Amino acid sequence: MTDAATNAPTGPSSTKPREEWTGQIGFILSAIGSAVGLGNIWRFPGVAYENGGGAFLIPYLVALITAGIPILFLDYAIGHRFRGAAPTAFRRLGGPRGRWLETLGWFQVAIAFVISIYYAVVIAWALSFFVFSFDLRWGDDPAGFLLGDYLRVGDPGVSFEFVPGVLIPLLIVWVATIIVLAAGVAKGLQRANVIALPVLLIAFLVLVVRSLFLEGAAEGLNAFFTPNWAALGDPNVWIAAYSQIFFSLSIAFGIMITYASYRRRRANLTSPGLVVAFANSSFELLAGIGVFATLGFFAFQQGILVGELEGLTGVGLSFITFPAIVAQMPGGPIFGALFFGSLTLAGFTSLISVLQVVSAGIQEKFRLTPRVAAIILGVVCTLLSVLLFSTTTGLIALDVTDQWANNIGIVASAVLMSIFVIWVFRRGPELRHHLNSVSTFKVGRIWVLLVGLVAPVVLGYMLISRIITLLVDGYEGYPAWYLGLFGWGTVALIVIIAIVAWLIPWRESPDDFAPWPPLPEASAETRTEVTR
Amino acid sequence: MTGLAIFFLILAILLVWGGLVASAIYLARRPEVASYPPGGTDDHREDAGIIEHDT
Repeated sequence: MTDAATNAPTGPSSTKPREEWTGQIGFILSAIGSAVGLGNIWRFPGVAYENGGGAFLIPYLVALITAGIPILFLDYAIGHRFRGAAPTAFRRLGGPRGRWLETLGWFQVAIAFVISIYYAVVIAWALSFFVFSFDLRWGDDPAGFLLGDYLRVGDPGVSFEFVPGVLIPLLIVWVATIIVLAAGVAKGLQRANVIALPVLLIAFLVLVVRSLFLEGAAEGLNAFFTPNWAALGDPNVWIAAYSQIFFSLSIAFGIMITYASYRRRRANLTSPGLVVAFANSSFELLAGIGVFATLGFFAFQQGILVGELEGLTGVGLSFITFPAIVAQMPGGPIFGALFFGSLTLAGFTSLISVLQVVSAGIQEKFRLTPRVAAIILGVVCTLLSVLLFSTTTGLIALDVTDQWANNIGIVASAVLMSIFVIWVFRRGPELRHHLNSVSTFKVGRIWVLLVGLVAPVVLGYMLISRIITLLVDGYEGYPAWYLGLFGWGTVALIVIIAIVAWLIPWRESPDDFAPWPPLPEASAETRTEVTR
Repeated sequence: MTGLAIFFLILAILLVWGGLVASAIYLARRPEVASYPPGGTDDHREDAGIIEHDT
């Protein structure tokens, strides 16, 4: 029997070859580009500082090894073995009696769809601030400039009063995204990452080296690295570590399933996965050094301690604190341009990966080409993005949607994936066999235990405690009706999309498929399933 | 910087960046498994990708 005859795909998948990365390096760079995003720059430094400083390294590395890397491998295994976007992969994984598992794939696609709509807006802000950096347009009142002059933030509500300063860069971001997605995996996604990632790394390295020579930088690094051992006894610090690793690695909402599905069948999975995971953490550490050296300078300028500074994470850090620092710094415009340019590039390479989850899902369900899918998806996303988030209520809508889509949507997705794949369908040993058949870094039985036990327990705790907090305390003092609409409404929309998309018939069934390599003891059963 | 902060700076660099270097070296030395199970050969891609650049 020839290789071609034993090649696993049968039926439709053999008549239409799948897109592929051009090789290992293309895949690794694209996966790093996806993992390294806004959170690496604006979330990690503040989270580490507030949760034990140097001591945070311990829960962080424990979380990386016990949850981050194992779930990353799970995503890779599902996407690579079942060779499809999340809906296709989960449908095939479910087998003849579990085709409904496709809904979990659409759940992940819907999360990616919602996230992309507002994530693009933050990249548009970063792009605007990149331009503003050259003449330090925020003057000496960055907060007033951001909320008043730039975003023109109003009260919580639904407004159709557009803000041109956001609208134009937002359209630029969407046009660029559509062009990349339309060009396909190798010529679009991979090429964009191969260009953007080295530029990002060089720009950020220059920024970090410059920050180390600022007055007060040493005090900033003292604040960042001095360990607070008492923090290790606080369960919330451990939850913060798992949360940071989990959100930072782009896992459990379809991205890595989709990306792994574009690797050729005979491709190493786990060893490149380790490179991706450590590269993501390496960039976070670099960001921590750069951000806290810069904050040390800011505290020195004001004659206060780093601990007395406010706005150390998220939008506040990037669009209020950093502009304030840049305004006081010699060579501020260049520093500002490097920072916001880095933020734009890091965000853009993540945005295209999030959108590819949706694009691949609809390509496979409706038999669309990448170009047609990118245009349809791009038009819909652009419209929603503009209508909801480029208005005077955009910042508040974004904040609320992000809180629910991330902390409930993605975490629920991870818990459900673990429970269904490991416990209900009992595919852990098969996926482990798959990883070990093609990879040079072998995973033991402990891998199944980690994804089947640690992930659902830790993430399940995170999910339940967050749901209770949001139900009892609300969020940021916003009105209940508003949280119902943009918060819980987002979760409801994601569930509805998951069910409706599953009910729509496939243009061409993906079920005539046999995974490769077959399980030694189950190969006969698998063949029966295929011919059934 | 204090000695303690310097120690943790170096420790973090060794563990995290060291992890990156170690995993990259591991991959470079073992880019592929010695032998694959039969089958699993891919046919040509539909996107006419550029040349293969495997490590």
